[in-house]
Order: sequence, then C-alpha cells, then structure tokens
Amino acid sequence: MSKAAELAALIGSQTALSNRNLIINGAMQVAQRGTSTASISSGDTYPSVDRFMLRVSSAGTWTNSQSTDAPAGFSSSLKMDCTTADASLAADDNVQIQYRFEGQDLQQLNFGSASAKSLTLSFWVKATKTGTNIVVLYQDDGNDFIAKSYTVDSADTWEYKTITFSGNTLASITNDNTRGLIVQFFLAAGSNFQSGTLATSWAGYVQGNEAVGQVNHADSTSNNFYITGVQLEVGETATPFEHRSYGDELARCQRYLQQFTGAGSTRAPMGVAASSTQVNCTTMYTQPMRAAPSVSTSGTWKFNGNTTVTMTSCTIYQAAQTSCLLLCGTTSGMTAGYAYEWFCDTGSSGFIRLDAEL
Amino acid sequence: MNITYVQFINCIGQPDNSAIKATIDGTEISVPLDPANRHYAEIMRQVEAGELTIADAD
Repeated sequence: MSKAAELAALIGSQTALSNRNLIINGAMQVAQRGTSTASISSGDTYPSVDRFMLRVSSAGTWTNSQSTDAPAGFSSSLKMDCTTADASLAADDNVQIQYRFEGQDLQQLNFGSASAKSLTLSFWVKATKTGTNIVVLYQDDGNDFIAKSYTVDSADTWEYKTITFSGNTLASITNDNTRGLIVQFFLAAGSNFQSGTLATSWAGYVQGNEAVGQVNHADSTSNNFYITGVQLEVGETATPFEHRSYGDELARCQRYLQQFTGAGSTRAPMGVAASSTQVNCTTMYTQPMRAAPSVSTSGTWKFNGNTTVTMTSCTIYQAAQTSCLLLCGTTSGMTAGYAYEWFCDTGSSGFIRLDAEL
Repeated sequence: MNITYVQFINCIGQPDNSAIKATIDGTEISVPLDPANRHYAEIMRQVEAGELTIADAD
C-alpha cells in the first residue's frame, strides 16, 4: 500500500487532515485561571485547565489541577486528586469532567437526519482505581444521550482509550452559539445513575441508564485520576492526536475566557471618570467571545491619573461579543472627564475575568 | 450553579436595571443581560421557577 493510501486509510474518508479534533485544549496546555484549585466539593466550575468543566455533587472533595504527569508526546494533563473520600455515595452523588460544545461547531455531524455521522473519542487516562468507567454524550436539543464504557486495566498507568459513538438520528443540533453537545467523563455516580441499563444507543435521557457500572474514584484519598490527549473527531476511526501550538489553543480558549492580570505589569484598559467615584472603561476583547461575558475580579485594582483611587466594584454594560463597557466604582477623588490608567496593585494573583463559558 | 444573591445595578449614564450583580458559587459576578450567557440563563431559569428573586437596585 502506498504512503498516500495508508494515510487515507488512517484518516478515513469522512475526516479532514487538519482541524480534525473538535475539542479545544485537549492536551491540557492552557490554564488561564491558574494551575490548581483545591477543596472542591460541589458545583459546576472551571477550576484550572481551560474548557474542561468539573461537576461535583457531594461525592468527596477534590483538588483539580494541571499536572506535568503525562504520557509520551504530551506535557500536561488534567489531574483530579481525591482529598476527602466518599466510599458510600448517596443516590444522586456524582463527579464528572465535562466538555461543552457550541451547536454551531457541530453542524457537520448531520444529527437529526438519517445520515447522522459517527464520532470517535480518544484519550489517555491514568487512574489509581481500576475498573469500568462511563463516558456520555448528551445533546441538549432533544434531551438525548448515549453512553459507552471503557476499562482502566492497570493502576496508575497511562492507557490509551478509543470509543466510537453512532450519530444521533433523533434530533438536530441548533445552529447557534449555545450549548449543543456535552462530553461527560464520569468519576463517580450514585445509584440514581446506575439503576437501569447503560444506554449504548441514542435515546431520550433517562438518568438511571446514564452511568451503569461506573467505579467510584471518590472512595479513597489515595485515588488520583489523570486525563489528557482528548480528541473527538468525525468518523469511526481514532487518528493520532492533533497537536496544536500553545498560541492556537490559547486563542481558541479566549473565545470562552479572557482576563487581565497583574502578571508582568499587565495593564487593563484606560478609563475616563464619569464622576468622583466612577470610571468608565471601554474594553475590546483579545478574541471575539462566544457571548456577552460575565465579569469577576480578584485582588486590588487601582486607577491612576491626577490622583490614585482604589476600585470597589466592576459592572459590565453594553456587553457584546467583541467589546463591552466596564463601569468601575471607586473610592472618591477622581475628576470627571479625566483619563485614568487601570492597574493591579496585588501582582499576578489579581484578575479582571471575562467569562463566556458554556 | 449555586446562586445566593442577585440584584439590579444602576450606574451613572446607563439605563436603570440594565446590569445584574450576583453571588454565584461564592463569587460576586457582574452578569450581562444576554440569554446566551450561562449565568444569566440560569438566573432567569430560577426566577421563572420561583426559586430566586432579583433585588431592586440600591
């Protein structure tokens, strides 16, 4: 077989040579929020590695971090470290790592038609606890899902896994910037998720058929769970992981999260005082964002001009996908109409965060 | 998403009630009025379900 034929066979007839991986940051290179968050016991949060959401519902306490423990060819992984165990899960307890897609990025799948395309998920996993694990694709439009299992064979050993999912003929994915599909990696699942039969074909959502057989990675504080090299691609063949540069991945991640920090004397946008206690800062994003972002702040931020004042609040107005107006309350002393520099007075730990995650 | 407090915010030069301040998972967040924003969508879902009330601006 010629090299070209080998390549064609490897890639598959329905798959592009580039941009095969639908997952952003699958090699876990980008962690804008920071490299570690400890003491997570509840909520849907984005703790460390960009684009990978963590859901913890009363199933132990965890530290979520970007780790340098990775298989050959990778430099990073997402690590889940159980720090408080829950060996006896209540019925609704669960832990999931989720990846959420915009519907407009999945139109090539032809879901909702007889020609719906299959998807193949591949990833590297390393876990202390061996046994059965569940991965679910959940489609918001139609409330449909499909679940498949994989097995961690050896404790604390990197293993490569591939799972192929059929296409969903039941419902189409809305072509917009809202959530169209979720990949759910279960780490723990109470009895409400395991009371039925695993839904290995697309069907309307039934909680009891979602994670049947899932082992409990929360049952010991000795447990760690690592994952990296996550790739989801069209077709029934797992191709080699599509590595992208850090810059490419960062730019893609910034559609969902951008922030100004105090690192390296980074400056936030200039502002103009509207009164002695309010400054208006027109903010252009580094990348167009998925939706109007929410804004949160940390650290001490100040405005410097004919005087220096401390920011006391930050409110987003006129938010769009390319820019917004941040109206900042301050201690008194500014002069209306004057320009002020906006800077962080607490070093790299401070941030102005713009969040448009799904 | 654990939302414990939501309030309209008024600022100089902007229409009343055109921004929201919320405490979500223990963090104070300024939320735009965009249905595609996940925080705003969840706030409105809880408001419509009668589980949450948006307080008036100060």
